[in-house]
Amino acid sequence: MNDNSYPAANSAADIIELCYQNRIPLSEYAVRSECERSGMSPEEVRDKMHRRLDVMGSSISEARKRPVYSVSGLTGGDAERLERYLKTGKTLSGETALTAMAGALSAAEVNSAMGRIAACPTAGSCGIVPAALEAARERLGLDEEAMLDGLLAASAVGLVIGSNATFAGSEGGCQAECGSASAMAAGGIVAMAGGSPKQSFDAAAIALKSVMGLVCDPVAGLVEIPCAKRNAMGAVQALAAADMALARIESKIPFDEVLEAAVSVGRMMPEALRETSNGGLAVTPTALRMREHVFGEEA
Amino acid sequence: METGIFDVTGPVMIGPSSSHTAGAARLGKAAGIIADGKLVEADCELSGSFARTYKGHGTDKALAAGLLGMDPGDESLKDALETAEKRGLRLRFIKKDIPDAHPNTVRFRLKTEDGRETTITGSSIGGGMIRISALDGYPISLSCETPALITFHEDKPGALSRVSSIIYENGVNIGSMVLQRSSRGRSACMCFETDSPVSRKTADEIRKLPGIGRVILFNPEETK
Repeated sequence: MNDNSYPAANSAADIIELCYQNRIPLSEYAVRSECERSGMSPEEVRDKMHRRLDVMGSSISEARKRPVYSVSGLTGGDAERLERYLKTGKTLSGETALTAMAGALSAAEVNSAMGRIAACPTAGSCGIVPAALEAARERLGLDEEAMLDGLLAASAVGLVIGSNATFAGSEGGCQAECGSASAMAAGGIVAMAGGSPKQSFDAAAIALKSVMGLVCDPVAGLVEIPCAKRNAMGAVQALAAADMALARIESKIPFDEVLEAAVSVGRMMPEALRETSNGGLAVTPTALRMREHVFGEEA
Repeated sequence: METGIFDVTGPVMIGPSSSHTAGAARLGKAAGIIADGKLVEADCELSGSFARTYKGHGTDKALAAGLLGMDPGDESLKDALETAEKRGLRLRFIKKDIPDAHPNTVRFRLKTEDGRETTITGSSIGGGMIRISALDGYPISLSCETPALITFHEDKPGALSRVSSIIYENGVNIGSMVLQRSSRGRSACMCFETDSPVSRKTADEIRKLPGIGRVILFNPEETK
């Protein structure tokens, strides 16, 4: 590979090697590969990603300031609840984790209220990456440029997933949506904290391993229950996975193999647990009552 | 198409679902462009998952928004049903099973101000991506990611060569082409996906060809 070639992201191993050879961070790989793919300039790529970051910033804060409820009326107000609890100063998991949770819940609530979000990688998992990155940014005292680099690094992790697996809950279950998001966030946080590309993918692997096999079982077929809370959990797991990788704990199974395993688990997953709402939480008595309440008997 | 970072991180959209909301808005917008004119009536036949969960996902609002020309990220999307009424667009949402269709499929029956009727079938195939699969009964395949040109003509020899020559003479490269006809010697439909947009001037040249009926230009920048 020569110095000026940034081919499609076929594997984490390739990207780690490419970054090492060229002495560039993961965020720079993301920029250069997009320039090569689309013909955009590095400035245009960063500007375009910055506009996504602006949308993300509003979505992770809006529902913390005032309660936001979903169109169906089934969920809402939790981000604001968590925000008030966070302000008491007496929380178990601490300010950074709580900030991540509140931000992720906020984006999920804005999404189900038909507000504006940036899918990352999907609408149903849109809170994890921005909320975990923002919590890390605040904790590390970094500026917005560092946050942009974190988002670009997270996108590089997402490229590997998108090229080799799927983001669709209907194909891979929730591991494909919230799992991918959590892996992306973990990789992005490590990059923001100054970790190497290898450490980013270790963090991503640790995050993805811990949700392997997670089913997609939305109540009443809506992107609300359990999606919003899984966004909060996914954001916290990303922080934990990043901490492990920054402590130089390696993923014993490399990211590429973890991803391959997740794809194979997705294939083994019965259709009832892949976004059809025919299994899991979606068929509990409470969920069925909620479905009838929203859609009436015919649903 | 190869995945890029903006496919992973994005699109910017109105929630809650990339397939049921963002994809629906893009379908509506694509249909509106194809119908080409001020819409006065739109029947939206919803099939599969679209039929079962459209209200909870705002699919109806998203389709209406798209038909009114809004993008998936437009914040006025959620008021689109009211906006449609104000603008004199009569909308109906009908649950209808379309056999062998993708789970998220809609068939639009559209009427423009001048009384013209257009039937368009399309599906939301994941992550906000869409595919138009039929136009006025002709099977076509439009990803809506690349520019396209759709023409209708009398089924007589030479139409394909004349239209493609004009496209070539105007420096546009054809990526794919599908020709379908209703029955031999009657009418036919050609659908070209091109690497760069066909200009309005070129479309006018094609319209002047003998035996050519409707010519529809499709620019994907208008549906992003």
